[in-house]
Amino acid sequence: MRLINLLKIAFKAIVLNKTRTLLTMLGIIIGVASVIAMLAIGEGSKESIRETISSMGSNMITIRPGADNRGPARGSGGDVQTLTLKDYEKIKQEATLLSYITPVVNGGGQVINGSNNWPSTIYGVNPEYLNIKVVDLQSGSMFTDAEVKSASKVALIGQTVVDNVFPDGQDPVGQMIRFDNIPFKVIGVLEEKGENTFGQDQDDVVIAPYTTVQKRILAIDYLNQIMASAISEDDAPDAVTQVTEILRSQHKLMDSDDDDFHVRSMEELISTFSSTSEMLTILLVAVASISLLIGGIGIMNIMYVSVKERTKEIGLRMAVGGKGSDILMQFLIEAILISITGGILGVILGLGATVFIEKFLNWPTSVALYSIVISFAVCAITGIFFGWYPARKASSLDPITALRYE
Amino acid sequence: MSKEIIKIEDLTREFIMGAETVRALRGISFTINEGEFVTIMGSSGSGKSTLLNILGCLDQPTSGIYEIDGVKMKDLSKNQLATIRNEKIGFIFQSYNLLARTSALENVELPLFYNSKVSSEERRERAIKAIEMVGLKDRMDHTPSQLSGGQQQRVAIARSLVNNPVMILADEATGNLDTRTAYEIMSIFQELNKQGITIIFVTHEPDIATFSNRTIVLKDGNIIQDKLNQKVQSASAELAKLPKEEH
Ligand SMILES: Nc1ncnc2c1ncn2[C@@H]1O[C@H](COP(=O)(O)OP(=O)(O)O)[C@@H](O)[C@H]1O
Ligand SMILES: [Mg+2]
Repeated sequence: MRLINLLKIAFKAIVLNKTRTLLTMLGIIIGVASVIAMLAIGEGSKESIRETISSMGSNMITIRPGADNRGPARGSGGDVQTLTLKDYEKIKQEATLLSYITPVVNGGGQVINGSNNWPSTIYGVNPEYLNIKVVDLQSGSMFTDAEVKSASKVALIGQTVVDNVFPDGQDPVGQMIRFDNIPFKVIGVLEEKGENTFGQDQDDVVIAPYTTVQKRILAIDYLNQIMASAISEDDAPDAVTQVTEILRSQHKLMDSDDDDFHVRSMEELISTFSSTSEMLTILLVAVASISLLIGGIGIMNIMYVSVKERTKEIGLRMAVGGKGSDILMQFLIEAILISITGGILGVILGLGATVFIEKFLNWPTSVALYSIVISFAVCAITGIFFGWYPARKASSLDPITALRYE
Repeated sequence: MSKEIIKIEDLTREFIMGAETVRALRGISFTINEGEFVTIMGSSGSGKSTLLNILGCLDQPTSGIYEIDGVKMKDLSKNQLATIRNEKIGFIFQSYNLLARTSALENVELPLFYNSKVSSEERRERAIKAIEMVGLKDRMDHTPSQLSGGQQQRVAIARSLVNNPVMILADEATGNLDTRTAYEIMSIFQELNKQGITIIFVTHEPDIATFSNRTIVLKDGNIIQDKLNQKVQSASAELAKLPKEEH
């Protein structure tokens, strides 16, 4: 039989059985669209978390005093005073996997400019801090190593501080401010970073040489932490090990002693958060699989029921000379046309829903190619199989048996 | 008459219904020559439809021989049987069996779709010719639900003859129709028969049998009578004699 005839017959049958066609397509459309949209939400939130974290510097390594006591933010490491400038110098000297390193001392206080004042946090660091945190300057320049050595009273401020202590919009660079009554000359403004994933305002900071902060503001001789960045993201875990070894020998710890400091890489943080969003994705995949299954069962039912209804038609087609293979091909073509059309519509609807979710609900989304491929394949194969299988059964009957089918 | 077209020998058909076996045909034999117009009569349940379905290659006998043009049907594959149904046989069902929601013309075209020797232009042409022949040209775009019983029967007749079959098998093709329509349809069959098509017509109405040249009577799956009709009536002449009706 001519293929063109079969295509014509199949196309006519599709148009003829509008309800069946629509219902089948609906099952496929909903199955495909929901899988795509749900996985887009899962992938989107995973990506957004990863992005925020890497914008904070994905190579970053932090060394804090005190035993590892993971949990929610622990501030500056409390009163533990086991981390010193000597440790910083030793690491700087010996660690080979680090590209930048800075001591960090920090404390809260009031930023004052004339009658404007604002509570903020001052970070005492060295110039490498900007490279570690991956921050640029909006204006001005970073202080120099010489200014660190001489404990100069210079500072850089974040946008939030600018907004609050320079409300008139004047250029802060070159102006004098006071932090806890110590005068600082503003030499630069940090690039705006906004809130991080944890809701912390990254622009509410004052940056100054660590020597200045240590002596003039905090009056301490230890460090709150040491920040460094590994040569690359891949080297971060090895860098953590290296730093740990250097510090253990520096602190003269016995094999049986626990670390009196802890070293953490951003990588760990990323994996903690990734595993949370991984859970979300698994949940969404589960929901999507269920809707795919329900869609599949719907397709199966409609195809199966309608073919049974069409057994009489199959009998008639055989009675007027249709071969079993002709009839099977017709049903196969019908099923393929319906399934592929439904699948394409489902992909379009799924992508549309994803755009809608992104635009109007402001959820981060990211369409995964695999979700399109898998959902399309599952629905199309289900549709095609259950269009073909009952037809195969009916077309193997004697024409009169099929015609008599009630 | 000339050449033998159908030959059955000791044909039986049994239906197994659970523990019971229904013997619908109990071993019947006859031959039919090319160009004959045979009516098969008998009361309800005598086996007429069962016999006709086997003759139309829609069903298989339980035992016995069935030959068309000397070829044993038993030896043919399903696909070869489909080709015979397509090219040699026009079958008319008592219940019309038209495709719903499909125009009369497309219903008539259906057998030609399964004949790869017919192009799509020829298919349309032949279908229109067949539909003209049964007098339904002005209704060819109507679907079965928009047609009366007699008109649907005509569509079924047009479908049976569209592929130029050598024989037409009709199962109570006039059973649901009024006398006038029945005679109109019989005159179509007589016309087709004149063109050389062999016709086997199942009926239980004796007046219909007078239009054929041979009548076979079945009872409980056996042939109880097989006689030639000496005085074949003309359906168109009988039609003219009927009182005129307004339509
Ligand atoms: N598919 C079938 N299954 C069981 N019994 C059948 C079937 N077809 C026909 N019969 C039986 O065979 C006998 C003959 O039926 P049929 O050929 O339809 O008679 P007719 O057409 O002369 O009225 C009846 O007793 C009927 O019940
Ligand atoms: Mg019958």
